[in-house]
Amino acid sequence: METQTAIREIKKQILTACYTAKEGHVASSYSILDILYVLYHGVLNCSPDRMDDPARDRFILSKGHAAIGYYAILADAGYISQPLESMCSFDSCLGGHPDCNKVPGVEVSTGSLGHGVPMAVGIAWALKIQRNAAHVYVLAGDGEMNEGTVWESLLIANHQKLNNLTFILDFNHSTDRAVDLGNVGDKLSAFGFEVVEADGHDHEQLKTALLTRADRPVAVIAHTIKGCGIREMTNEPAWHHRVPTQEEYAAFMEELA
Amino acid sequence: MKMRQQFPRSIGEIMDRDERVVTLLGDIGVWSFHEVAERHPSRVSNIGILEQAMIGVAAGMAKTGLIPVVHTIAPFIVERAYEQLMLDFGYQGLCGNFIGVGASYDYSGLGHTHYCPGDVDLLSVIPNMQIVLPGTAEELDRLLKEAYDDGQPTYYRVSERENALSHPVRLGKAEVVKTGKLATVIAVGPMLDKVLEAAGDLDVTILYYTSVCPFDYETFRQYHRSGLLIVCEPYYSGAVLKAITEQDGRFSGKVCSIGIPKSYITRYGTIDEEDRVFGLDPASIRARIEAVLKEQAANGRNDGGSRNI
Repeated sequence: METQTAIREIKKQILTACYTAKEGHVASSYSILDILYVLYHGVLNCSPDRMDDPARDRFILSKGHAAIGYYAILADAGYISQPLESMCSFDSCLGGHPDCNKVPGVEVSTGSLGHGVPMAVGIAWALKIQRNAAHVYVLAGDGEMNEGTVWESLLIANHQKLNNLTFILDFNHSTDRAVDLGNVGDKLSAFGFEVVEADGHDHEQLKTALLTRADRPVAVIAHTIKGCGIREMTNEPAWHHRVPTQEEYAAFMEELA
Repeated sequence: MKMRQQFPRSIGEIMDRDERVVTLLGDIGVWSFHEVAERHPSRVSNIGILEQAMIGVAAGMAKTGLIPVVHTIAPFIVERAYEQLMLDFGYQGLCGNFIGVGASYDYSGLGHTHYCPGDVDLLSVIPNMQIVLPGTAEELDRLLKEAYDDGQPTYYRVSERENALSHPVRLGKAEVVKTGKLATVIAVGPMLDKVLEAAGDLDVTILYYTSVCPFDYETFRQYHRSGLLIVCEPYYSGAVLKAITEQDGRFSGKVCSIGIPKSYITRYGTIDEEDRVFGLDPASIRARIEAVLKEQAANGRNDGGSRNI
């Protein structure tokens, strides 16, 4: 299947899951979907039959509220077979935030912002201690960059020279209305990261950026669009955590067709 | 040797034989770990003054199979990084060891920011958090070596207060110090010597607990026969009684709770001075116990109903 067609199909699955479950963060999921797709198609050295392999690359979704986007990619990559529409139902393993004790392929449980990045740094540091060559990717949102623990962790990553860590920033400007991050590239560079920028919806740019290696940790600033693919959702804060009505669902599905 | 000197030595011995163990210091106790760090430079780090990230980083290390030991002052582990303890370690079921100094008002001259009387209360809410209060350096060594790799998050409360003699303690197991008829006195960690001084000559059962979570309910059930329970805790009082009622929702009898009352501690001075203010010195404990025994005798034993005295 052609890549853009595949992305559109996954977006339809996400929308249908959220519409059915009456829960989920659609716009955030659409913001990171291309990043996740590229990660799981030729970047991450892992597979569903190697989920316990110590040598596997790790991915941590620190902005856990984009869980349905993560689940859709894990399903597409063969990690999970549960119907996405079961999300948030009583017995479902698929919650509103990813749970590593329930969902195959999820490395770290996240949800409260500012937790995934420190844990990713800890994993990368531990792999260094164990002389394990696996790489660690962690994805945070620009809103999450308000959290002090993110910056604390970046300090440690630099100090420990964790060149096995790639920090991905989903820079969709959702925090602009609260806190202006300023020149986040300069900030990450000042924190000792090798900074690479990419269009967060351009797969070639993303792949090049995500495969960048340096003698220090790498930060990929992915310029993204929140709600990418649906005009009404695009950069509209009201859609951060909203379920479409029946009419909206029908219209959005048509727009994605 | 005091507990503060013991735990770097114990951790060093554990690290000598177990390559999975890593130690993260929050810029506290660094000198005391310098010999261990020289032996294991890649596994001992002064991570800096960023306690929330320190716990999160430790959890990430635990994800890969390493066993982290994290050390700093109690309020900065328990209160500042509480969500990390709960979500990163507790909820995700990771093994970690958290060694806090500065129990209650051990830093008695430094003020409320450095006091931590609420640690046991707070941590007891985390369902799988083990809470350990050794009474001596030897007990700390024994408990650390028993539990450091048991797959659970465990908080070790290192206190300036210590008992004179060590007991053969085990995690989650109480020691029966003496038996008697009039009351059951539970002494938690470093309260034991005070309880022995206050009530050692009385006809009471004395049980010694170095673990609040898991709580050894079975020993309590077996030895508590009098209808009067007296709990002596070196922190905001109540955790032991909560542990008992969690096990037995029908627990009844008279209860006298001796511990630090929930309040902001605004004074400085010495540990002894604070103890006297809160009635945690042996003379005050003796007076409380005598008063409740007298009341118990006046009312008749086992007169039913549960109430605090």
